[in-house]
Amino acid sequence: MSAQAPSSFVASAAAGRGALRLATRNSGVVIGGLIVLAMIAIAILAPFLGTVDPTEINPALRNKLPGAERTIRLDDGTTRSSTFIMGSDSLGRDVYSRVLYGARISLVIGASVALLSVAGGLAIGMIAGYFRWADAVVMRIMDGLMAIPAILLAIALVSLSRAGLLAVIVAITIPEIPRVVRLVRSIVLSVREEPYVEAAVTAGTSVPLLLWRHVLPNTIAPLIVQGTFICASAILVEAILSFLGIGIPTSTPTWGNIMAEGRQFFRIFPHNIFFPGVFLALTVLAINMLGDGLRDALDPKMAKRV
Amino acid sequence: MIAYVLRRVLATIPVMLVVAVFVFLMLRLSPADPAAIIAGDSATTEQVAEIRSRLGLDQPILSQFVIWFGKLARGDLGESFFFKKSIVELIGERIEPTLSLAFVTIVLAVAIAIPLGVLAAYRQGSWVDRIVMGFSVLGFSVPVFVIGYLLIYLFAIKLGWLPVQGYQRIAQGVGGWLERLILPALTLSVIYVALVARMTRTSLLEVLSEDYIRTARAKGQIELKVLFRHALKNAAVPIVTVVGLGVALLIGGVVVTESVYTIPGLGRLTVDAVLARDYPVIQAVILLFSFVYVLINLLIDLSYTLFDPRIRY
Repeated sequence: MSAQAPSSFVASAAAGRGALRLATRNSGVVIGGLIVLAMIAIAILAPFLGTVDPTEINPALRNKLPGAERTIRLDDGTTRSSTFIMGSDSLGRDVYSRVLYGARISLVIGASVALLSVAGGLAIGMIAGYFRWADAVVMRIMDGLMAIPAILLAIALVSLSRAGLLAVIVAITIPEIPRVVRLVRSIVLSVREEPYVEAAVTAGTSVPLLLWRHVLPNTIAPLIVQGTFICASAILVEAILSFLGIGIPTSTPTWGNIMAEGRQFFRIFPHNIFFPGVFLALTVLAINMLGDGLRDALDPKMAKRV
Repeated sequence: MIAYVLRRVLATIPVMLVVAVFVFLMLRLSPADPAAIIAGDSATTEQVAEIRSRLGLDQPILSQFVIWFGKLARGDLGESFFFKKSIVELIGERIEPTLSLAFVTIVLAVAIAIPLGVLAAYRQGSWVDRIVMGFSVLGFSVPVFVIGYLLIYLFAIKLGWLPVQGYQRIAQGVGGWLERLILPALTLSVIYVALVARMTRTSLLEVLSEDYIRTARAKGQIELKVLFRHALKNAAVPIVTVVGLGVALLIGGVVVTESVYTIPGLGRLTVDAVLARDYPVIQAVILLFSFVYVLINLLIDLSYTLFDPRIRY
């Protein structure tokens, strides 16, 4: 057994490299990946990209058009001139700074919803797929949850607690879980029939070890693909919740919040909706492209079906 | 056949039951006290207690469920806190705009998506195909409200062709009704078109490599008839399925679209109810939308024999 472990590790590392090589040959993965990396860089480096405090309200500088000049008084009394690259909103806040800082919330929500729903769905799906007694009950509950349109369920869930980052993450995660459960369960059901799993059962492998060693590796590729799509959809749903005024508290700069704020004066100042809208759409598009590419590269069978 | 229909109808009962139990538990298992949230920050303990008893939250959970479910079974959805009227009445007032929007959207989306999908499959790999597929990925990525504001900006503000926002009841004239529905329906149909066009293309591609297509071409059938009569008909089942599943996206989109275009429908009601923490209304709307979604997919399942007579139950 101990002699086997390193060789299987080497094999899986080689397979991983192979998949990576295959993936980088796909243009969707490369372009989507680069845009996502750029957004992550923007989110992290937001303070150094010529931004000001995104929450600073300035009544004298309300509703400035993109390109308008302003002077900033620094702490030592000197003044400095700067430009509203994307204009200002109806409270005089700098939209450029808000959009850049907004990338943080969107990416954090996308990543945490993807991780949480994949982890939750994996655990529940493995239990449902492997233990017959749990299957019927779990899948009935999942069917019921899937009968509630996802955005509606998320909206209902955020209404239950006071708005905040954690509440929004949980509210977006719960509707995503049933889809992951279904995917994992179907993989477990097909893997169970494989001769090597039957052999392992006959050899007396314990159930947790069996799930860990033989079932889990089969779920990784489809779950990476699924997780990518969940990340994209979570970012969209968060923006929708914020836009409707029921997501992250309105003082926090998120793309949805900036757009919600821009609704009021949309006819005269459409930039408050369009700039964050472009960032949002570009990010989601990039993640979807990444997902499509990964699916083609990692899971040829699935790619043929969809 | 009848046995299958019966089995399929019965299978929706546990699903709806789970939805009902979930909707019921939502309020009871919420981490925050819903009564305190409704009452607001400045409420006294007495006020909170009063709201709690009006919601029935002070009773044992099982009896709460029996009372609530019994009312539900009799068609009593309770009363709205915020609008101070029966929820059945409230839904009756708000249902027309939503049904109109959904109807126009589905008609528009299917009319756009199926020809696009057929064209993309027919010219697989060409620039038409790339544009359709590119649009489809884009349609999934641009949020509904950004599309909505883009269309408003273009067609209502810049060009002035269509009204900016609002809704007119169908009884006041079909012209005004349709005029105000075009932009919202176009907005809402984008994601639906993306979904259906993609599925049409995939499903048709599979069928186009079949022998009977070659035979149809060999006997000199014109290409249009090959595509629509021979290919599309055989590719219909997955397309119809995705039209049904897409209703979930549509319902989510309705909530947003009605907010963008200030349409006084069920979607707007949902948002208003959430903002006012009007829990009985939120519960009722979720039940209603889920019921409609399940029902539509049930009907689609049952309609498969129409599209493919080979399917026998």
